[in-house]
Amino acid sequence: MAHKTKDEILHDHNNDGVDRRGFLKCMAWAGTGAFCVMQGGVLKSYSMSRLAEMNPQNMKGELSFVQISDSHMGFNKPANPDVAATLQAAVDKINALSAPPEFLLHTGDISHLSKPEEFDSVEQILKSASAKDVFYVPGEHDVLNDDGKQYHERFGKVAQPGGWYSFEKKGVHFVGLVNVMNLKAGGLGTLGNEQLEWLEKDVKHLKSSTPIIVFAHIPLWTVYPEWGWGTEDSAGSLAYLKKFGSVTVLNGHIHQTMQKVEGNVTFHTACSTAFPQPKPGEAPSPGPMKVPAEQLRGVLGITDVNYVAGQHALAVVDSSLA
Amino acid sequence: MFIASVIATTVLSFSGVVLEQNGFVTSAQEKPASTAEVKIDNFSFGPAAVTVPVGTTVTWINRDDIPHTVVSTEKVFKSKVLDTDEKFSYTFTKPGEYPYFCSIHPKMTGKVVVQ
Repeated sequence: MAHKTKDEILHDHNNDGVDRRGFLKCMAWAGTGAFCVMQGGVLKSYSMSRLAEMNPQNMKGELSFVQISDSHMGFNKPANPDVAATLQAAVDKINALSAPPEFLLHTGDISHLSKPEEFDSVEQILKSASAKDVFYVPGEHDVLNDDGKQYHERFGKVAQPGGWYSFEKKGVHFVGLVNVMNLKAGGLGTLGNEQLEWLEKDVKHLKSSTPIIVFAHIPLWTVYPEWGWGTEDSAGSLAYLKKFGSVTVLNGHIHQTMQKVEGNVTFHTACSTAFPQPKPGEAPSPGPMKVPAEQLRGVLGITDVNYVAGQHALAVVDSSLA
Repeated sequence: MFIASVIATTVLSFSGVVLEQNGFVTSAQEKPASTAEVKIDNFSFGPAAVTVPVGTTVTWINRDDIPHTVVSTEKVFKSKVLDTDEKFSYTFTKPGEYPYFCSIHPKMTGKVVVQ
């Protein structure tokens, strides 16, 4: 454990850093996002349910934004019958930040069934966030039935025809990639040659000191291929980013936080604002994890979570949380 | 003369086959239509492979709490997204193997063998 707190893990039967209490603390993340701050060209990421314990001084940087993911508006099964309320809870946490973030990133699965009213609800709820700009990438649930036509009409105005795009904020180069189209039987997420060629051109002119943040729905690193948690041709995209000193990849899709550092690249996955999914291989399938409704809502209300990362992967690069 | 008689014989035997086929088709239509069901649950198709006679209507029903699709790998059939308890049916009129997958969760694959 990084440090002991009143909520330290008391019984760790599986030796995975999670006891039942810890598990329920994890559930609190279901209604949250990740607060991201650039400090000296390096992106640091904090779970929004842990902000109460953090020193605001440590969270100041050149640029801050919030990543939210997998709101699955329209999902209404027992794992979370009110995903609108938990998305609103995430927005409330955003609005409670002492310094408002510059913008929001939504890493896909905005809707559950690509229905217009689902997209409407998310847009409506996010309008109440202190940060007005929202940058989206699609999840596979956003491009059902129409090959993403509706998604592109709503959210793809700034994008290339395929939905990918880039933008600059305070010297940081952001790249939104699409890896949920044309999925092949038995395969993983895929970017495709057209997008890879675009990416090569997009970053070619940038200085190697430019911090790069890539965001896409399905993880660009292979988390668990048995459940399709990876992107087949991600190696091609990462090859174009080798020359940069600071590269951060932000993904969703797996409804839990994980992080990995590989050379100059730090990979993060964000929690869902809707429902959690099991850790890789720890259930027969990646279906939603269910807890009684009152329990889910109860843990969503927790703001003073002191659950601390040990060997359990959390979306915190930085350990200076005090 | 010889050639003409061969042609005549051929035509006759050909008509015989056609008649037989017609008879077969008629009797098949009188039987109840063949059906089969594939259940989608826990991110898998069950059974993952089904073997059915020509003319069978296969119905997929989603019993999972997550939406899925049924999409032919060779673009023979393609369902809309199926939410929990929704169904998709397709009638197989030609023999062959029909591999399919869920286009949302492509690790989910299955096969219909039509004989």
